[in-house]
Amino acid sequence: MNNSNSGNVGIVIVSHSPKIAEGAADMVRQMVGDAVPLAWTGGDSDGGLGTNVAGILEAIELAWSPAGVAILVDLGGAETNSEMAVEMLAEDRRARIVVCNAPVVEGAVIAATESSGGSPLATVKRSAEEFYA
Amino acid sequence: MHDVDAGRAAETFVTLTGSAVLVNPVGLHARPSVKLTQCAKGFVAKIEFALAADGPWTDAKSPVKVMRVKAPQGATLYFCVTGPDGEAALAALLTLVHDGFGEA
Repeated sequence: MNNSNSGNVGIVIVSHSPKIAEGAADMVRQMVGDAVPLAWTGGDSDGGLGTNVAGILEAIELAWSPAGVAILVDLGGAETNSEMAVEMLAEDRRARIVVCNAPVVEGAVIAATESSGGSPLATVKRSAEEFYA
Repeated sequence: MHDVDAGRAAETFVTLTGSAVLVNPVGLHARPSVKLTQCAKGFVAKIEFALAADGPWTDAKSPVKVMRVKAPQGATLYFCVTGPDGEAALAALLTLVHDGFGEA
């Protein structure tokens, strides 16, 4: 987990596998740099494959930015648990957080690239989702 | 002469062009694409590039579109830049490509 102080949109990576989440975050850091708040979470609370809401909330907290946070997820539970985590946030924060419909690795790199250029949350999301377009 | 006021009044800027050869061994792969996008985003000018002098043009500020070009090593990147900081933008982009995005 790591973070940076900036007004850029934060990126959260959620995978069933902590190795995938951490690896994707490594790619973002190496390719895009440190100008973007970034956090990752993966695995269930017992350390197995899965995702957990508490871990996602923690990652959102770490990557939080006044510009908002874009979440990249892999499969099913990662998405539903992320949505659950978003619903548990305070209302003013809920409006500044999105789950992107994009591949987790590519989406994270693209979203972070957008964010590093100072793009707003909607642009970050749109760009990540362009990967499927 | 440098008539800034006239340029502002018309709200038009001369379109600048320039080209540089890709020297990176793998061409415009993911990492250079990100760097190109980040560099372009640092300027307000409209910045496009192509593999031929007459296009088709790609928005250099879109990471997805830049990666889709998949420009190989040895390809010439043609830039087309329009905006108030166009000159600085073009110079920065050409330097970036020429220097192999810092990885050559």
